[in-house]
Amino acid sequence: MSWFTKTFSSTIGRKIIMSITGLFLCSFLVVHLIGNLQLFKDDGGAAFNLYSYFMANNIVIRIMEIVLVAGFVFHIYDAIVLTRKNKAARPIDYAEQRPQDNSTWSSRNMGLLGTVILVFLIIHLWNFFVPARFGGLEGVVIDDVEYENLYIRVVESFQIWWYVLIYVISMIALAYHLIHGFQSAFQTLGLDHKKYTPFIQKFGYAFSVLVCLGFAIIPIYFFFFFR
Amino acid sequence: MAGSNPNAKPMDLTLKVWRQKNRDTAGQLVTYPVKGISPDMSFLEMLDVLNEDLLIRGEEPIAFDHDCREGICGMCSLFINGRAHGPERGTTTCQLHMRHFKDGDTITIEPWRAAAFPVHKDLVVDRSALDRIQQAGGYVSVNTGGVPDANAIPIPKTVADKAFDAATCIQCGACVAACKNASAMLFVSAKVSQLAMLPQGKTERKTRVENMVAQMDIEGFGACTNTGACAAECPVGISLENINILRREFIAAKATSENLA
Repeated sequence: MSWFTKTFSSTIGRKIIMSITGLFLCSFLVVHLIGNLQLFKDDGGAAFNLYSYFMANNIVIRIMEIVLVAGFVFHIYDAIVLTRKNKAARPIDYAEQRPQDNSTWSSRNMGLLGTVILVFLIIHLWNFFVPARFGGLEGVVIDDVEYENLYIRVVESFQIWWYVLIYVISMIALAYHLIHGFQSAFQTLGLDHKKYTPFIQKFGYAFSVLVCLGFAIIPIYFFFFFR
Repeated sequence: MAGSNPNAKPMDLTLKVWRQKNRDTAGQLVTYPVKGISPDMSFLEMLDVLNEDLLIRGEEPIAFDHDCREGICGMCSLFINGRAHGPERGTTTCQLHMRHFKDGDTITIEPWRAAAFPVHKDLVVDRSALDRIQQAGGYVSVNTGGVPDANAIPIPKTVADKAFDAATCIQCGACVAACKNASAMLFVSAKVSQLAMLPQGKTERKTRVENMVAQMDIEGFGACTNTGACAAECPVGISLENINILRREFIAAKATSENLA
């Protein structure tokens, strides 16, 4: 192995990849949420559909889409490799444990939370991304030009109660994943300082709650308030 | 008896102790009642009492690690009621006193659990994996000449204090035992950072962290999830800050050392 592959296949190296991809995925969440806020615009979905057309056809976005997929792949792959290594590091478990006395629940259940998010991601992509990208949506005419109507797909999906429930539960899982993950990513990169770490921890907490709340409000809004 | 509490009533306890004949056999928890335990006893003295009973009854006494019984050697271990070194913070098992338990309590006693710490017998585990990590780089090579003049090597007090705090690690392995991933990051970080902070440790600085982290992985310890359980359970209070120092050392070494392998 070269020094490079050796570095990134060590436990610390893999955690560095986890943290960098994790923070990158956090930045994606912000972009995604800001775009989604156009769903609340009272224009029959015109702004959202134009935005969705732009996202599907702009070259920069298309390149970033590949980077994003790579981010997910590396994050998930290293999570699996590390989890297997961590499980192998303790083949016989304790009969009695009191981990609640020394650590937070979310910090100990990142893999479980991540799995919930992965299942959600597959459902979410299947329902919105796949038809938007590869066809299967109805058409809609905006200013004499025909576009695909992703907006109506959103509206219809969020009339289904169990679909809304899946979204809300997944966003709660994501919030807990980020509450530990956001600040932990900085620790993993060795970015720890008396002056900045308390701010990073508070910011990470607020970020996790607000972003996930923002996403969760969308299905709740369409289910309860949209007519 | 000096220092004893005349009002302390003796306690009767139920112990569930991990018994395992050797490395190659499976073990199990065995229940033992113990009677008349003084609250002034240390946890290990309580086990001594049980072992005396077992010897009189012609049974095999429980094997457990211990040496100084003063909380400084790092020899004692034990996972007591789900906690490394028991329920008290900043305390080794030998310094844990029975007054922290109540009459009638059931106490579960298990060995450190890690693939890298195979059980030798009962509660004794082989912690030589930590020695091998230490041998991979936890030393300084300096030519011993004359004694340097005082103040010839200026080291700020804050740095000296941090290095000293890291150097107080007694290598007991509680960090590994407490971590859900059986990760040795706190141990390795204490050993790396104490030397990285001081001028004497600069010579092998980059190679040291590379080799010690590589050995940590070879030994089969898990990765760090930043749960903080290690530092919370560490009997000598090694700070989590050391793990961040280790990561900075590792990243800097990997980026700039001349080791291509």
